[in-house]
Amino acid sequence: MPFIPHTDDDLAAMLQTIGVADIDTLFDEIPAALRVSGLPGVPPGMSEAAVTRLMHGRAARNTDSLCFLGAGAYEHHIPAAVWELATRGEFYSAYTPYQAEASQGTLQLIYEYQSMLAGLVDLDVSNASLYDGATAFAEACLMAVRASRNRDSRRVLVARYLHPLWRKAAETLLTGQAVELVELPSADGRTDAGALATLDAQDFAAVCLPWPNFLGGLEPVDELTDWAHSHNLLVIAVCNPVALGLLKPPGKWGAQGADIACGEGQPLGIPLASGGPYFGFMACRQALVRQMPGRIVGQTLDIEGRRGFTLTLQAREQHIRRSKATSNICTNQGLMVTAATIHMSLLGSEGLRRVAAQCHANTRSLVGALTSLDGVALYFAPYFHEAVLQLPRPVAPMLAELAAAGILGGYDLSADFPELGQGLLVCATELRTAEDIEAYRLALAGALGMAVAA
Amino acid sequence: MKREELIFEQSRPGRRASTHAPATLAAIDDLPAAVLRETPPPLPEVSELQVVRHFTRLSQLNFSIDTHFYPLGSCTMKYNPRVSNTLAMLPGFLARHPLEPDNHAQGVLESLYELQEMLKAATGMSGVSLTPMAGAQGEFAGIAMIRAWHLSRGDTQRTQVIVPDAAHGTNPATATMCGCEAIEIPTGPDGDVDLDALRQVVGPKTAAIMLTNPSTLGVFERRISEIAEIVHAAGGLLYYDGANLNAILGRTLPAGMGFDVVHINLHKTFSTPHGGGGPGAGIVAVNARLEPFLPIPIVGKREGGHVWLTEADRPQTIGRLSGFMGNTGILLRAYVYMRLLGAEGMRRVSGYATLNANYLCVRLAAAGFTIAYPRRRASHEFIISLKDIARDTGATAMDFAKALLDRGFHAPTTYFPLLVPECLLIEPTETETRQELDAFVQALSEIRDLAIRDVGELKRAPQTTPVRRLDDVRAARQLDLTWQGKPRTVN
Repeated sequence: MPFIPHTDDDLAAMLQTIGVADIDTLFDEIPAALRVSGLPGVPPGMSEAAVTRLMHGRAARNTDSLCFLGAGAYEHHIPAAVWELATRGEFYSAYTPYQAEASQGTLQLIYEYQSMLAGLVDLDVSNASLYDGATAFAEACLMAVRASRNRDSRRVLVARYLHPLWRKAAETLLTGQAVELVELPSADGRTDAGALATLDAQDFAAVCLPWPNFLGGLEPVDELTDWAHSHNLLVIAVCNPVALGLLKPPGKWGAQGADIACGEGQPLGIPLASGGPYFGFMACRQALVRQMPGRIVGQTLDIEGRRGFTLTLQAREQHIRRSKATSNICTNQGLMVTAATIHMSLLGSEGLRRVAAQCHANTRSLVGALTSLDGVALYFAPYFHEAVLQLPRPVAPMLAELAAAGILGGYDLSADFPELGQGLLVCATELRTAEDIEAYRLALAGALGMAVAA
Repeated sequence: MKREELIFEQSRPGRRASTHAPATLAAIDDLPAAVLRETPPPLPEVSELQVVRHFTRLSQLNFSIDTHFYPLGSCTMKYNPRVSNTLAMLPGFLARHPLEPDNHAQGVLESLYELQEMLKAATGMSGVSLTPMAGAQGEFAGIAMIRAWHLSRGDTQRTQVIVPDAAHGTNPATATMCGCEAIEIPTGPDGDVDLDALRQVVGPKTAAIMLTNPSTLGVFERRISEIAEIVHAAGGLLYYDGANLNAILGRTLPAGMGFDVVHINLHKTFSTPHGGGGPGAGIVAVNARLEPFLPIPIVGKREGGHVWLTEADRPQTIGRLSGFMGNTGILLRAYVYMRLLGAEGMRRVSGYATLNANYLCVRLAAAGFTIAYPRRRASHEFIISLKDIARDTGATAMDFAKALLDRGFHAPTTYFPLLVPECLLIEPTETETRQELDAFVQALSEIRDLAIRDVGELKRAPQTTPVRRLDDVRAARQLDLTWQGKPRTVN
């Protein structure tokens, strides 16, 4: 019996204590008509050895490739210590730190995480995580609507080149509360700041600006932030945390800085793993903290005056406020935050900056190599660690051909953003070497039917 | 007493774990100065050993299943098998980019497809979506599907969601997130839903009722079929909150009870880790009428292999709930656990979870504790009320919780459900030994004796934990949410 420790003697003694003949009797309050005798459709149990063999086989059926695909999930180096530590049983098998005195490890770690994350985005406070980047974006929109000074508005402006899958997820999550996303005018792969005059700003609660945007481009965030604040809109920064090792943090945008920052935490030590679990992050100005969803840890003192950490501002949350809570979130992505905190500690600010710079430099090299092929052109610059290339042929069959050759060539933009033509989004993180990039160049040349010198 | 400095306080300028980043700073001369950061983020500057030591020490300040009995009611803190983690972290699973072609990820997709099938069997439902990332997101998906179903029939007025007063806070909060209104109904003295109250609130505005069964009171709702009839007759649907599925696994099916949609917390019943607060997984299973509305993506099976199904295949879907496909790595851990157990093992889970709870309940009653529903059979959890002890001695449920920590036990859930005063909600789970349960009875009895003898001493608990009782009021009034150390020098 896997994981059940009872001996026959235990069972007999326990049944006798309870005063029943057998375990089945313990279910006598379930009406007989509703009882079932088993679970046909579930296979018989297996030994650990057999399951291990099964899963090794399954893992081997997957195909590894050289990854030039980003689009919201990025292959970075993850120090071995990150998951060695994060999967220690004391982190892995603890729960939400309701009993603060018995959870100081998790609580101090979250406080350290909040400090690192708030510093990274240069805002005052951070929560303890949300599910992923997409839900963090949706929650930021809801938070902005609650906090907006344009009180009647339930509409949020959003840059066109925000992750299309995040937009879809946010639409699912916002529909119930009748919050609507409206697209900002755009041109040349980013928001067209010159066309803002066409908008009636009073209609909106906030503006969401991706940094970098889905195409890798750098939005005119200073200008847009100042415009938004001059019309009483809140500014939501949707940012890549690795990029912030190098790029201007939301707290420094424009004259006053952004009000809320959110994004996908995966680049901070979380494996690609088919899309999850990752974690969403969220930070904001102190003045907005009571509108923030999710758990928050604060520092306080114990009865002997020693420093300690505890969950705080719980009156925002569902277990206290029920139908009037800021969100229904309960369980978040704690273990992912544990990993990210260890990851950020190992990198430090200089390490994170070097990783970010190397990603940018490698993507420049990649763009240089691929645009050396006839008919392949760069759509725009500057970019961070992703760039849009125009191909001389439809993207999808080209990507299929590259995949067959063991290369994940990027993200086909033609369905989501037809204005970019035969657009391909490519990415080279710090892990891609000159040899990797040359392999991609040769494979793409082959797919385009060109003969090139190796 | 143990304590650990903040990682920031261990930081020294110029110290690095240099093997983890490029040896030099690459050229960024093509980026305009206006887009660049002027000051480095305040991350700590420490060595790898310092990091390893710091986080190892922090971990040692925690209670966890691996180190302590953790009878936290409604959270199902059972053993998390190590092998589930080991296998989900095989490089062949971790290296999968979420947007790579389906034919590169057949090993993942096949496992997830089989997981869907097993979850259908465990609930009696006909469709499953694995994408919700926690119980609360499963609840959101369920109520959103119910709303979509009503709307698809032109039934636009159904915006009321009925929840019993014993419900988890996520239930009413979910109703609000879905644009609905939560209507609370009382529980009768026997722990079952008050049917007269239910009959009075159902009507043309009823979208759904959300129920946990067994309820958070630790008893099975015996008149569930009658509830289903009342709600269905009024035009509403039934939502099953699977928080307590561990109690009935393989004994009865949510579909058979009359529910239309169910979410399951895989981090409870199927033993994926709680991780200090997540990640979880809150998969949803539905009957045929709600199947078209399931959130995407879903794993489908076609000739030649398994594929992700999206909007194109599911035009009536409520949509996506995550950037990619939810907490896949957690789903793989649950899959491994379910394959280890098999059908018989799953039935044993509910059997022994219920055995342990009833044994503990009977022993605590014999030791003189007040059981909240003494005439009812306990499910996988039960409630004791310390109201009388509190009246006689001044010792509260909180005091008992803290005193348990000193005796090496994590506290049960305290002050929930809200309708039982001074309560402890106790869920031992099936993976604890009889000897551990006996020791817990002994500890609670000693604490009660201490309350009678010297309540002042009891109120000094905990005394053996890394910190003593914390000032929550100070934490909320003098907010200190981030480290404000010495400012860094400008680059």
